[in-house]
Amino acid sequence: MNKPVFRDSESDLSFQAGRFAGKTLVYTLLLAWAAVCLFPIYWTATTSFKMAPNVMQGALVPWVDYTPAWLGWRSLGLSPETIGAESTVRSEFLKRFFNSTIAALSSSTIAVILGSLAAYGLSRFSYRFLFMRNSDISFFFLSQLILPPVVLALPFLVLYRELALLDTRIGLILLYTLTVLPIVIWIMRDQFESIPTELEEAALVDGLSIWGAFFQIILPIALPGMVAAFILSLVLTWNEYFFAALLTSTHANTLPVMVASQTGSQGINWWSMAALSFAAILPLIIIGVVLERYLIKGMTAGAVK
Amino acid sequence: MNQRDLLHVVAADDISAARRRFGHAIVWGAAFLLAVVAAAQTAQRTGFADFGFQTWRPTLYAYILWAICLCWSQVLIRGEHGKRTLFVLPAALFVVSLTVFPLLFGLVIAFSDWNLSSPLGRQFNGLDNVRQMWSDPFYWNALGNMVWYSLAILVEYAVAFGLALLLNAEIRARKFFRVAFLLPLMLSPVAVSWMIGKSMLELRFGPIARFARWLGWDNPSFFGSPEIAKFTIMLLDAWTFIPFMMIMILAGLQAIPKELTEAARVDGAGPWKSFWEVTFPLMLPVSVTAILIRIIFKLKLADIVINITSGGPGGATDTVTSFIFREYRDRSNVGYGTLLAMVYLVIIIIAMTVLMKLAERFARPRT
Repeated sequence: MNKPVFRDSESDLSFQAGRFAGKTLVYTLLLAWAAVCLFPIYWTATTSFKMAPNVMQGALVPWVDYTPAWLGWRSLGLSPETIGAESTVRSEFLKRFFNSTIAALSSSTIAVILGSLAAYGLSRFSYRFLFMRNSDISFFFLSQLILPPVVLALPFLVLYRELALLDTRIGLILLYTLTVLPIVIWIMRDQFESIPTELEEAALVDGLSIWGAFFQIILPIALPGMVAAFILSLVLTWNEYFFAALLTSTHANTLPVMVASQTGSQGINWWSMAALSFAAILPLIIIGVVLERYLIKGMTAGAVK
Repeated sequence: MNQRDLLHVVAADDISAARRRFGHAIVWGAAFLLAVVAAAQTAQRTGFADFGFQTWRPTLYAYILWAICLCWSQVLIRGEHGKRTLFVLPAALFVVSLTVFPLLFGLVIAFSDWNLSSPLGRQFNGLDNVRQMWSDPFYWNALGNMVWYSLAILVEYAVAFGLALLLNAEIRARKFFRVAFLLPLMLSPVAVSWMIGKSMLELRFGPIARFARWLGWDNPSFFGSPEIAKFTIMLLDAWTFIPFMMIMILAGLQAIPKELTEAARVDGAGPWKSFWEVTFPLMLPVSVTAILIRIIFKLKLADIVINITSGGPGGATDTVTSFIFREYRDRSNVGYGTLLAMVYLVIIIIAMTVLMKLAERFARPRT
């Protein structure tokens, strides 16, 4: 009598099999899409260590298919042998990198400051300017998102030429701030609306001014939202290419412009292009992995009520 | 409409007449200075007098001074109420001066023949640009391409929805998958267009071309024929932006209370039916928001087109933005390009208004 007392009936067994098949399918799909997402990054990273024959053979796995070499990074002046020596390519690269960093960081900072203030005001007080009320003012800010960059590009080109702002970092920063400001206001308005007004009321009763209450009570609570808005702006401004390609030429070039300008000229050096691209995307990969929480918070602001 | 302040502030302002006068004085003084500087520069421009200005920078500085005085005077004149205005005023001034003014200026440029490299300068040419646009097949072609690119969003949406459902299922290592799925969005389009468009799609030894050959496509060409080139660009753009829709939909899915799907299961609905009858209708508002935002971003598509195909073959992959970009790069004709951009803006505004009205009706919860 080995028959178990409790056993799964036939229908339960088939259900388990179905569940197992379902799990397998889910994980297969997940892994397949993860491969689609990650393979290009892997390809770029490995190509930067390949030499010409490796590229031609389409070698995939380092140390198995080919021996990694520092060729790509040497052409950027960033390999172990060349890192100590003088390198014009490296200083060029660092200059572009620095330009990108300055433009992205400062425009995001300005946008977060201006945008948070405006969003706070719009979520707390009622304004009237001519015919415009709060909802109209909000719509005015958010409608900037629809404006395609190409509409502003040529007028700005001419204006900047007259103002001697062409090919300067300040010019780029102003435009980048403008492009990310609506997104910041969108995120921050959502953030401030979730904070109850009783908090400020208590602070006002205790003798703080409006601005005092804003800085001492509200800002610390809204900080996660501000970080989210900042990170999202950083991603958008770091990657921006269109304005940078039109408005800068030699001094204020950003990294995307440098990457783009390499592709056409003098036959393609796969390894150095890969190294350059990888260096351009690396900061954002790090941000994406470390601060993924904030990015998701920023992207989902206002979407789910 | 509730037009009262959410936050009540008892303002006990005692603003002296002198302070008010001072407030008015700085704002009008700065405005006067701005007017004088602008007039002087215009005079120099038109050749009446020479003040030795190299650029329009002094006018810019005068404008900034005026803006600062305007903000300051709000507090001086209106006290506590002015301090509230100060929250919104800087952002509003910034946006107005950086969009409204260039747009008005752009309207002037749009009706002129202005080649930046020629010494003639701007010449008003009335409706010539409009006529040229009317008979420019490449512009209409680019507009048509935008319609195709926008339609691709529906497929992207379906894929994103599927991925969000997968991520929402009970799985292990969810954080890893979420980060991995999010990464394409972080990469700069220029780097993507090199990494994938140039390197992985390279016909002789790119991994994707090898893969296609292994699948049995003898002579893979990804940018050869117009249809395939357009499709490849769509795929590349989808690869970058699917994570964005996926994250929004995932947030929506996670906001659905578990009880609802459980109730559906108790009532005897299978997974397929419970998706279509419960989950999908509940997801409509989020879906509509995601699609609308995605359309807005899609209409700005340019970077990968400029860098991979520069519009070719024969304008098959052109977007409006990349077309205007080349129009300027090749001929440095600011006037014509601006007119094209303005027409594009008008079309976008009309289309988006219609879409938003439709979406509002469509996403309203069924009663």
